[in-house]
Amino acid sequence: MYLSTITISLRPSILDVQGKAVELGIHTLGLSAVSNVRIGKSIHMNVEASSEDEAKRITEEACKKLLANTVMEDFSFTVKKV
Amino acid sequence: MSISKVKFGVVVFPGSNCDHDAYHATKHVLHQDAEFLWHKDTDLKNSDVIILPGGFSYGDYLRTGAIARFSPIMNEVINFANNGGVVIGICNGFQVLCESGLLPGVLMRNESLLFACKHVSVRVEHNDSRFTSKHKAGDIISIPIAHGDGNYFAEPDIILSLEENQQILFRYSDSNGKISSEANPNGSVNNIAGIMNKNRNVMGMMPHPERACELELGSSDGKKIFESIINSFVLQTV
Repeated sequence: MYLSTITISLRPSILDVQGKAVELGIHTLGLSAVSNVRIGKSIHMNVEASSEDEAKRITEEACKKLLANTVMEDFSFTVKKV
Repeated sequence: MSISKVKFGVVVFPGSNCDHDAYHATKHVLHQDAEFLWHKDTDLKNSDVIILPGGFSYGDYLRTGAIARFSPIMNEVINFANNGGVVIGICNGFQVLCESGLLPGVLMRNESLLFACKHVSVRVEHNDSRFTSKHKAGDIISIPIAHGDGNYFAEPDIILSLEENQQILFRYSDSNGKISSEANPNGSVNNIAGIMNKNRNVMGMMPHPERACELELGSSDGKKIFESIINSFVLQTV
């Protein structure tokens, strides 16, 4: 069994209005050192696979076909044997 | 083949909430046939037009429309569309059409981050389509919007081809038809409110024409869109 940890974020070219609003909040806290806040999703899932490569392939297919919309989002993931 | 009435099939996903509005508008206001199609069904029941209605299919989980496109009925809807069948997606239905690849682009979170719920002015770009034939180019119609994710986005080359192929049918405007950022309720590229595919048989729009078919509801401007669609079928004169 493998654990896939997936991060989905808006592509850098796309304005992240939610991130902007949160950044404003952080600045209001007085933390002016913070910039470029981007908000994404983190998805964790177990994958039954016979090898790490197979787990990666399954995870990538799930990302491409459902978990991320590549018109606006990028994804990355790690796979760990559990 | 001529038919006496156009049959609208209204798909019902878990979380659809404008399915009854679409059914009411087509059946009771426009006096056509209408039938609900449950998302687990695999039969379009001889519908002439498929409506993917507004709502929050699957709770908008993951992304709007992302999970609905995997409903069993969507395979049939996609086949139907690819064979030239007429499909319209309203609001959440537009999002489902984009997620399923029947229309290009994506509907992102409104730029304001606020849910927008109001009547807006929409400019009809041209009438050279089965969805707008009853309009005149430049008509300004008043139709409600009700969405949190209506910010239409596509890559510049896609937008260019939509513009060049006259696939943009509706844009948000002011009441005089002027396109401006003030008149844009959600941040959509080029104020896009509704588009059709290259084959001109699939249309998606964020505003709700089915909620604007009777004056009692504040506007009947949405009716002409349905009348245009009905008019695109050869109707038997009774």
